[in-house]
Amino acid sequence: MRTDMTNPFSLTGKTIFITGASSGIGKAIAIECSKMGASLFITGRNRERLDDTLSRLEGSGHSGIVADITQEDGIKKISEEVRLLDGIVNSAGIYKLVPVSFINEEAVREVVGTNFMAPLALTSRLLKDKKVNKNASIVFISSIAGSLVSSPGGSLYSASKGALNGLIKGMALDLAPKGIRVNGVAPGTIQTTIFDESAVSHDQLSEDIKKYPLKRYGKPEEVAYSVIYLLSDASAWVTGSSLVIDGGFTLL
Amino acid sequence: MNIDDFVKNFSELFEETDNTNFTPITRFRDIEEWSSLLALSAIAMVDDKYRIKITGDNLRDAQTIEDVFRIVQKKQADLIEGLRK
Repeated sequence: MRTDMTNPFSLTGKTIFITGASSGIGKAIAIECSKMGASLFITGRNRERLDDTLSRLEGSGHSGIVADITQEDGIKKISEEVRLLDGIVNSAGIYKLVPVSFINEEAVREVVGTNFMAPLALTSRLLKDKKVNKNASIVFISSIAGSLVSSPGGSLYSASKGALNGLIKGMALDLAPKGIRVNGVAPGTIQTTIFDESAVSHDQLSEDIKKYPLKRYGKPEEVAYSVIYLLSDASAWVTGSSLVIDGGFTLL
Repeated sequence: MNIDDFVKNFSELFEETDNTNFTPITRFRDIEEWSSLLALSAIAMVDDKYRIKITGDNLRDAQTIEDVFRIVQKKQADLIEGLRK
């Protein structure tokens, strides 16, 4: 694919900020965005892993910011360090299954705090500090869980992701006068290390894969490609929408 | 942490099954009521009561309640060892 200025999918000349870039989907988004010509600010909690992502980026002029976006001072640090942004990708998230009878304040803080409160607080702060350019694009990585489906033990996770979906729509209206677009990418299950230490066993995962018409889980870069579309000028008239990337899972 | 309390906590996850006779050697995965949701409840119970995170794979590898108890014990020991370093 050409990455010159005549290509509507190009990110050349755009400064993009990506959260959760030290692993999984966020890492793939960072790498693919750099291939499309973007200048990046990436953030994650772990210096070593963030540096690993930085070393895999194409082009130059990218910066890593080690910060915890669930903390006020982490958000402050980010807002102070980033330049004027043409794109924000809220990818940092946590996957946790908790049966309803075991949901407590701590679990809510962990799951809703990371998946919903943190991206909201961060995006709001960047807007307030005037770090978001006119005609910028804001992308949230949500999920098919919450808006379309859920799973046993998945109520809290689904709530956190479903809340993002509502946020996307209202925020799109608030920011439309500035030409800022707000959209979501709603993936089905993506093959990342998020499951290595999870409550779901590998046997259950191989059973689950059979429920996908395309017979496999998604790859992180496949989420990244739809994020690139939403960040680029190719989607200039798209706002308040969610792109479902799920191998056909929600068709059945 | 002792095995009797652990068996009691584990048995209380079951609601349809008569759990008064649960022992350390009860093969929990052979019980009809055992399900993926009960597995999640077991993981949440261990997290809640013992501050230890076990995985779905841990439960799949265990045969008896005592096997789960041993996994939790080992993870607790590893955690303490890790804190000493």
